[in-house]
Amino acid sequence: MHKYSEKVMDHFMNPRNAGDLPDADAKGVEGNPVCGDMMEIAIKVEDDRIVDIRFKTFGCGSAIAVSSMITEMAKGKTLDEALKISKEMVANELGGLPPNKMHCSNLGSKALQKAIEQYRAKKEGRVLEEAPQSA
Amino acid sequence: MKTVYLDHIASTPCHPEVSRAVLPFFSQVFGNPQSDHPEGWKTRTAIDEARNHVAQLINCTPEEIVFTSSGTEANNFALKGIAHSYGSKGRHLVLSAIEHRSVMTPAKFLEKNGYEVTMIPVDEFGVVDPAAVAAALREDTILVSVMHANNEIGTIEPVEEIGQIARERGVLFHVDAGSSGGIIPVDVKKMNADLLTLSAHNFYGPKGVGALFIRKGVKITPLVHGGAQERGRRTGIENVPGIVGMGVAARVAIEEMEARAIRLKSMRDRLEKGLLDRVPHVYLNGHPTQRLPHVLNVSLEGAEGEAMLLTLADQGIYASSASTCTMMSLETSHVLLAIGRSGYLANSTLLMSVGVDNTMEDMDRVLDRLPPVIEKLRAMSAVTVGDG
Repeated sequence: MHKYSEKVMDHFMNPRNAGDLPDADAKGVEGNPVCGDMMEIAIKVEDDRIVDIRFKTFGCGSAIAVSSMITEMAKGKTLDEALKISKEMVANELGGLPPNKMHCSNLGSKALQKAIEQYRAKKEGRVLEEAPQSA
Repeated sequence: MKTVYLDHIASTPCHPEVSRAVLPFFSQVFGNPQSDHPEGWKTRTAIDEARNHVAQLINCTPEEIVFTSSGTEANNFALKGIAHSYGSKGRHLVLSAIEHRSVMTPAKFLEKNGYEVTMIPVDEFGVVDPAAVAAALREDTILVSVMHANNEIGTIEPVEEIGQIARERGVLFHVDAGSSGGIIPVDVKKMNADLLTLSAHNFYGPKGVGALFIRKGVKITPLVHGGAQERGRRTGIENVPGIVGMGVAARVAIEEMEARAIRLKSMRDRLEKGLLDRVPHVYLNGHPTQRLPHVLNVSLEGAEGEAMLLTLADQGIYASSASTCTMMSLETSHVLLAIGRSGYLANSTLLMSVGVDNTMEDMDRVLDRLPPVIEKLRAMSAVTVGDG
């Protein structure tokens, strides 16, 4: 009856790792609320490994499910492993997304990549330029 | 869990009298209304009777009613039919910026085919300024089309004033009453309307049937050419059960409209007040008073529309939204943008529309179940509520 898979509905209704991460090492934001979705992923890193992760999302059912799923997938992974999580992998893990919602899974992987990039920049003492938000 | 259907602006259930009346016309009374024998006369008489009721609903003569397959078809018929018939007189049309897509899309089609369209903006409540319509009229304007009430925010337009201006300037006036007909009074004479669209399923009639009022003397080119049905203006065999159902829905609406509107409004107002009292950062979309009695459209900052609908559906509440993500087209509502809402607030809309089968207890159920849904979504939102 639902337009979404059971797994999407489960992650939407019972999101994992939602909320603030007070002692986060880095954050990545992708999207903007004007276009419908905005995703923020915060990570805590120890020994090059994501030990804790949280998301905050303004968005539709699939955007929230994607956020929840990608935090589950990234938790415990090394930064290099986490960088390899693609939008297709997230969508597959969710049992597929409707075609017009595929962009939501892109937001998730982009936000995670930005968080990792910010963490590495901080560590290396670089200052990241504020990149314009892509929709 | 008792479910609460709050999407009557999308469709209403058939009134029990409608369901009873249409049934015989599927198997028992099935003759072709054009046939010249008793079986044909029966269906023809049934259509005549339905036409009388629909005409009475909007204060016109039965000959001025043409049945169509929907409000969408009636709107297409009005715009394209008039453009074709009056194209030699002029090629300019005037529309409000918040018309239904079934008016907007044919207007865009006409624009690609040598016609010019002027869109009249609306104010923050969604009201069209009649003076702006007057100012937009030109020598070559052939049609003004303004909806009676908006299907997203419920705002009722000053169609009587606009109709008077159009009449004085000799321009035809079309009113899309698809969302208002059968719900609030519609009088084509008071509105100075030359054409008016009705949709049966919005006032407790069946889906798949609508009507276009065409004032006597107005020339219009048909969309569907064929035989003699609807006096050649809409050919193809008549949807007899649908038309009969629309007729009964119109008759019931005439009898019950006043009492119905009072009940709908009292439920809607309870919902509106309760929501504004219990949930912070809520913004009403549409006119505070000049609004359809059953419509409540709000922007709930920080809660995205589709996410709200899914969570509410899980709670047994079925509503609607005009957020980008609920649209297959992924386009932001042109109505909410036209009243000046930011894309962010347009994407945080919840559209609830009550119906005659709802109860005050339903409203209280919604007021109990809705605030925690909003709280949950706001708690995980990436946008800080109160900043927008």
